[in-house]
Amino acid sequence: MTERVRRLRERSIAARPSISPERAVLLTDFYRENLDSHATPVLRALAFRHLCRNKTIWIGPDELIVGERGPEPAAASTYPELTCHSAEDLRILNSREKTSYDVSPETVDVYERKVIPYWRGKSLRDRIFERLPEEWKDAYEAGIFTEFMEQRAPGHTVADGKIYAKGMLELRREISESLKELDSLNDERAEHKRDELRAMEITADAVVLFAERHAELATELAENETDPARKLDLELIRETCTHVPAHAPRDFHEALQTYWFCHLAVVTELNGWDAFSPGHLDQHLGPFYERGLADGTLTRERAKELLECFFVKFNNHPAPPKVGVTAAESGTYTDFANINLAGQTRDGEDGTNEVSYILLEVIDELHILQPSQNVQISKKTPDRFIREACRVIRKGYGFPSVFNSDAVVEELVRQGKSPEDAREGGTSGCVEAGAFGKEAYILTGYFNLPKVLELALNDGVDPRTGKRLGPPTGDPRLFVEFEDLLGAFVDQLRHFIDIKIAGNDTIETIYAESMPAPFLSIITDDCIRNGLDYNEGGARYNTSYIQGVGIGTITDSLAALRKHVFHEGTFSTSEYLETLANDFEGAERLRDVLLNRSPKWGNDDDEADELMRTVFDAYFDAVDGRPNRRGGEYHVDMLPTTCHVYFGSVTGATPDGRKAGAPLSEGISPVQGADRRGPTAVFLSAAKMPHAKTGGTLLNMKFTPDVLSDERDIENLAGLIRTYFKLGGHHVQFNVVSAATLREAQDHPEEHRDLIVRVAGYSDYFCDISRALQDEIISRTEQKLP
Amino acid sequence: MDRPTGICFNIQRYAIHDGPGIRTTVFLKGCPLSCTWCHNPEGLSPDPEILLVSDRCRHCGACVEACPNTPLVGPEGTKTTDRSLCVRCGRCVEACTAGARRLVGQEFTVDRLVGELERDRPFYEESGGGVTFSGGEPLAQDDFLLACLHECRERGLRTAVDTSGAAERDLVLEVGRVADLVLFDLKLLDPAEHERLTGAPLAPILENLRALDREGVEIRIRFPVIPGVTDAPANVTALGEFVASLEHTRRVHLLPFHRTAADKYTRLEREWTHADLRPSPDGTLADIAGVLEGLGLDVTVGG
Repeated sequence: MTERVRRLRERSIAARPSISPERAVLLTDFYRENLDSHATPVLRALAFRHLCRNKTIWIGPDELIVGERGPEPAAASTYPELTCHSAEDLRILNSREKTSYDVSPETVDVYERKVIPYWRGKSLRDRIFERLPEEWKDAYEAGIFTEFMEQRAPGHTVADGKIYAKGMLELRREISESLKELDSLNDERAEHKRDELRAMEITADAVVLFAERHAELATELAENETDPARKLDLELIRETCTHVPAHAPRDFHEALQTYWFCHLAVVTELNGWDAFSPGHLDQHLGPFYERGLADGTLTRERAKELLECFFVKFNNHPAPPKVGVTAAESGTYTDFANINLAGQTRDGEDGTNEVSYILLEVIDELHILQPSQNVQISKKTPDRFIREACRVIRKGYGFPSVFNSDAVVEELVRQGKSPEDAREGGTSGCVEAGAFGKEAYILTGYFNLPKVLELALNDGVDPRTGKRLGPPTGDPRLFVEFEDLLGAFVDQLRHFIDIKIAGNDTIETIYAESMPAPFLSIITDDCIRNGLDYNEGGARYNTSYIQGVGIGTITDSLAALRKHVFHEGTFSTSEYLETLANDFEGAERLRDVLLNRSPKWGNDDDEADELMRTVFDAYFDAVDGRPNRRGGEYHVDMLPTTCHVYFGSVTGATPDGRKAGAPLSEGISPVQGADRRGPTAVFLSAAKMPHAKTGGTLLNMKFTPDVLSDERDIENLAGLIRTYFKLGGHHVQFNVVSAATLREAQDHPEEHRDLIVRVAGYSDYFCDISRALQDEIISRTEQKLP
Repeated sequence: MDRPTGICFNIQRYAIHDGPGIRTTVFLKGCPLSCTWCHNPEGLSPDPEILLVSDRCRHCGACVEACPNTPLVGPEGTKTTDRSLCVRCGRCVEACTAGARRLVGQEFTVDRLVGELERDRPFYEESGGGVTFSGGEPLAQDDFLLACLHECRERGLRTAVDTSGAAERDLVLEVGRVADLVLFDLKLLDPAEHERLTGAPLAPILENLRALDREGVEIRIRFPVIPGVTDAPANVTALGEFVASLEHTRRVHLLPFHRTAADKYTRLEREWTHADLRPSPDGTLADIAGVLEGLGLDVTVGG
């Protein structure tokens, strides 16, 4: 690591996250004056231009890649047009124990005077809740599902390679072409498309203006700079920002700066989920790297330094915090940007290049929270690369996470993407598969599978509140066959999926009508050609996901019910239900039987694994292929992020022996502590899920460091990964850390601030996550060696 | 003819230190040796035994009720096992839903065992791994071991046998012919010390090793480095010189002493001679490796 990078890294880690009201105030002023003067897309584009023209420009010491979302590093912007923080939210953010954000009294004051009064009742979130029906709200409040788009805009979006080949001026010409081709006579949406395309033109110009302002500041700073080396840096920054993103980048440095301006534009325009990601960064940079080495303008060391400067920029952006009830809960600073390494090229060749290896070194050296990184392993990926990746995994940073590139392609092709677009895709956010630069794939919310079983066991009534939520599916004490119970579960499941999708329809419509994203649309095929926005189906592919949570808990629950009630008659259903209602109070022996004498998912036990498949199929059948409002379809994902903790808190005792309120199983990982036959058994169980029918599954595995101590262990870890992928698995991630270390960190957080663990689909500082989640990570089975 | 059955006390999947690649290790119960440092004490007796995991005991008394011989009540009501009266019927284990009582030692047919071993086949194939038979002393269940080895060979599963070498010459050679790899344990090269601390004569073991080596069987020597017992320089040198005198075998694996067996002795309600022994200080294994390498051997620390 160079001294420059060391300083940048230290400053980035030390920067205190804060809330900057700058964006909110600029936007509110703009809306107040312009609301009724323009069509919505044009209004949004002009608002974006207003931000680009007026926001504070920041160029920090030592920087080579420039530009911040807020006025300075770690200052998070807010998006009141989507969700408006209340003064109470801001105070909680300032004072909460975990992942707090500094909020100055001046910020609270300007919010109370200016921002809140304008947006109250007008923010998208307010309008969404106003339009959603009671049955949706009841299910939402009961914790049957969550809703993504009430907090942030549709996102999970990843760039493809076009921004490295075309500057904004060229993209603007394409927009003009599309405008010329509009057919006002035969296309009834021609006027709307004209507005949308004009909006795209405005944003393309605005981002060039934004870059030019950086060039101006660099000029000014260079004039006053006394250190000749830094003066040269600043002149280079000026030249870079003058050229990109107006024109296509000419070298490695310009390529990185091009992406970064696009990133800033996407996250300034709207607050989309998972910010924005560069996708196959190594493949995009490969040609610039080779050319630079060949013509002597670049060295390997310089490329690495530039990449490290680039990574630090991501780390400067703590996620914009949520609003409402969740403000009191601990969140995360990570904004989920995720970089893909290796994988495949559009033509199906191995995508690994020298930049892939440099990126692994960058991950290893920097050891910072953001961006997340993952390796995409295909059959063609060289062993050398996977071993190098395993060596970084062994360090225990929690990344890179590991994906099966062949499975990702298979999933995307099954959903209807062309093989080329699928190979150019990859994964973003936590584990979500998408066709980069060509797809709007929207995660719409988590879905609590064990809660639905709880309703089936209570004839549709939520035992926590006594409220009827689902249809009456029968008194379970009268069920004769296990299939009767399964039938009740499936009926409840379909009922709530219907409610969820109806709610999504409403929300997608609201976004399409009032929250277009014209800049994101420019860089997402085929919005320009279609003249339609990213948020209204303009992209080539438009997918909506509902993410299933708790597959381990529900599988083990059904396995226990089937064995003990319907097959062996160990207990009667009424005894069982009463025990659950009493949270196993005074029924330790019964609970022991459930915990110790029932089939458990994750042990390569066909009796349990077959029920996982039954639940999966029911969930898949209820969701997959249903139309969304953007001309695309619904598919399933199996990932929880941290939602299994929240879902657990609203779910009573479950038939697998889990106590009321305890976290559900996480991702497709087995129930915490239920896997007792080692990692191969976990992988074999997990591989029985048809991953190709999902858009992503998340499998978490924790190793203590002794499992990965020597080179042979690395070989065997690679063998484990390759085998799981050969069997069709989508993703696996490893925590390499000892339970003792984690307990130590709980007791002495101040000494373990840098301890990073993979929580679910992302890495986080262990000390920043909740005690419940900390405890769960500790309890998750450690794969020990004999 | 009826196929033999065997008694196994553990099947360990993802065993990565018992031969090449990802393996499943089967532990066969019963051993003719009685090494004082043994880290698998539950493998010594050929018969099933009851393990007591006292942390999990709820003191509910279900085991006492279930026991036909009532040997379970100890002083002050603790649920201890009077092992002289225990007939190993397993009823206390069945009654203990908390999982505090466990029966170690289950009978397997060849088909059932090899069927279990088949489960991780994709991992063996990807990593160049396979199945390892360990113990106890696997050769003590000779018919069962040979039947399993033949069955594995027929199914294309690669095998290794981890042995003390304390068995009849013909059996050792036959195992060497059927298995793909032999992990051969050498401990002490002084005959008197060997007999005193392992309970078995050294000479036949060395002769068996030499005979196996002469046949060209692939052998890896496993040397448990027990502080104060096997790590004396004279022993290390003698061991190294013996291995160096073999025709083919050059690979030696040093197995560091660890204390994880202490729990097992407690659960068997037995005393462990080495309960207070500490692992070798840093550098000891590297030093030993250096000595052995100086004798022309190829040394790996770890299994």
